[in-house]
Amino acid sequence: MPNVIELDYAPQNKIAEVLREQSALDNAITISMGPQHPSTHGVLRLELILDGETVMNVKPDIGYLHTGMEKQMETKKYQQNIVITDRMDYLNPMGNNLGYVMAVEKLLGITDDIPARALTLRVLLTELQRIASHLVWLGTHALDLGAMSLFFYCFREREKILNLYEAVCGGRMTVSYFRVGGLPYDVPSGFNRMVKDILDALPAAYKEYHTLITGNKIFQRRTRGVGVISGEDAVAYGLTGPSLRGSGVNYDVRRATPYCGYETYDFEVPVEQDGDVFARYMCRMRELEESLKICRQALDRLKPGPIKANSPKIVLPERDEMKHQMDALIHHFLLAAYGFAVPKGEVYHAIEGSKGELGFYIIADGTERPFRCHVRGPSFVNLQAIPKMCEGALIADVVAIIGSLDIVLGEIDPLSCPRAVVREFAGNSEDVRRRADRRRGRHHRQPRHRAW
Amino acid sequence: MSETAHTFADRLRARFPGAEVSVAEPRGEVGIEFPVADYLAGCEALRDEFGFESLVDLCGVDYLGYGSDEWDTDVSSEGFSRGVEGRGVGRFRYGETMSREADSFEGQVVQGNARRRFATVAQLLSVQHNRRVRVTAYAADDALPIVASVTGIWPVANWFERESFDLFGIVYEGHPDLRRILTDYGFVGHPFRKDFPLIGNVEVRYDEEKRRVVYEPVTSVEPRVGVPRVIRDDARYETAVGEQTARKAGN
Repeated sequence: MPNVIELDYAPQNKIAEVLREQSALDNAITISMGPQHPSTHGVLRLELILDGETVMNVKPDIGYLHTGMEKQMETKKYQQNIVITDRMDYLNPMGNNLGYVMAVEKLLGITDDIPARALTLRVLLTELQRIASHLVWLGTHALDLGAMSLFFYCFREREKILNLYEAVCGGRMTVSYFRVGGLPYDVPSGFNRMVKDILDALPAAYKEYHTLITGNKIFQRRTRGVGVISGEDAVAYGLTGPSLRGSGVNYDVRRATPYCGYETYDFEVPVEQDGDVFARYMCRMRELEESLKICRQALDRLKPGPIKANSPKIVLPERDEMKHQMDALIHHFLLAAYGFAVPKGEVYHAIEGSKGELGFYIIADGTERPFRCHVRGPSFVNLQAIPKMCEGALIADVVAIIGSLDIVLGEIDPLSCPRAVVREFAGNSEDVRRRADRRRGRHHRQPRHRAW
Repeated sequence: MSETAHTFADRLRARFPGAEVSVAEPRGEVGIEFPVADYLAGCEALRDEFGFESLVDLCGVDYLGYGSDEWDTDVSSEGFSRGVEGRGVGRFRYGETMSREADSFEGQVVQGNARRRFATVAQLLSVQHNRRVRVTAYAADDALPIVASVTGIWPVANWFERESFDLFGIVYEGHPDLRRILTDYGFVGHPFRKDFPLIGNVEVRYDEEKRRVVYEPVTSVEPRVGVPRVIRDDARYETAVGEQTARKAGN
């Protein structure tokens, strides 16, 4: 069967349509914003159709960051894919890990076997990640709007959280800490103290952020009444997370379908009614407080105990067991060499990521690798509402609106496919020969230039 | 949640006699599979009568090679090497076709729930009832898969359907703007199809003489299979489940 389908969807008709739209407006001009624009937070290109400085229409153009992760996941074993999820929304790797791992656990039917300590640590680390992610959003959002200093204050706090991650698992942003069936190893000694230090410093930092920007007149003028989207529209456009709750819709996956024991934590779901950039800002700022609350509770209930489910066919054995027990060694060998097979079935598991609903849809066909894995990235969906929010806004407002959606292009494009294999630039023939010789261990001596 | 998954599934069954409703236990996920002709009407009814005001996810699936393995153990008399010939689904060289009649979906022994090659899968959410449902529709024609577009019902489906069209070549009938969304300008083929090689078909390099970037068939990467895809019926999973139930019963 041929892989190509010829279709008459005729892009040129689209171009003609755009041109007609433009000629309908007297002074309409089209400008391209991005893909190298700093406030697009990555490689996003927006086609702005302007009448003077007023935005008539916005056409987002995505797909500049090709990695083909979903396709790669189909060729890798279930446990190998955890590493890939780190790289999707790179500001929320713990959340991505959690969503993927829980989806696989659901397929395996071991959701109820995860020990309490593992669950608590998952909640604690994911909520810290939410704080870290929101801090990057806050810093860059303010930076986009011209408030430079806040960025440094936010990164100061975020740095502490990343240092904690480094202590826990060795990775600052590419953590890969959650495993199917629990956690790979326990947190280091002194972890509680470190978390406590971070959490104790946060309230004062939050206060600083509010002092710096919330009441700022310029900030208020640039965000209030800008990029308004109604609750109905927000639901219809599929907005999730703080972007949805900023429009007065009270929906949070942690509340609606609790996972990891979120139903036992005491926290509020912040909802704002105005639906503008400022409402989304306030939502996230209040979420920072709520996450801190959850972290405190999680830290309090963190008791020593097992961190892995007791299912030796799925979870790697302890190193020590492996050295002394025959069956543990066999399990280790089988898991490392073949992985674990997941029974046929399909699952959609959603968690509340820092940007909205993060869903993993996995189809298993009985082998040790997923047959299909689709990631529902919140940024991909939230970005779709940009044309609606930008109607009648000014160019400067577009920057504020993008910032208020908190998009990460790493999450929008990884779902896409490889553009092409980029071969190393070969250079001229002399270079090629040199390089080939160097590989074979022969070194060319550079001719010496004498000074005299 | 006042209503259980099963009573909800019964309600769906009563309303859509032509569709197939399933409940995945123990997770309680409700799935409904419409015949492709009823897909659009079914979605509209789900929104209007069952309160699913939001679509959270929609994606395409290519069921080519579902439940098939790469390691053909029939040749064991001749012995087989560790690196299996890269001829399975999506693992062949540029210009090659797949081995084992994998390129004809009809000839395959299709296991599991795959009826046709291409399917579109939507996850719906009802915020008011706090309920989710998965909607599946298999495209009737494998050569030109066509499914109705649900952008009229949920505007959010727009990009999802474009993505699915781009990656799988599923045509969404009635979509207002069915263009490629993620792939490169001038991209040929649909990369997430199982018969599209993982390494792609073309590679780019800068050509000194032409003084521009040129596209060429992939030569720099070998389609090597480290560990082949194997289905093991060694009942490891069943054993694990058995042990768990025994443990639970013991407690």
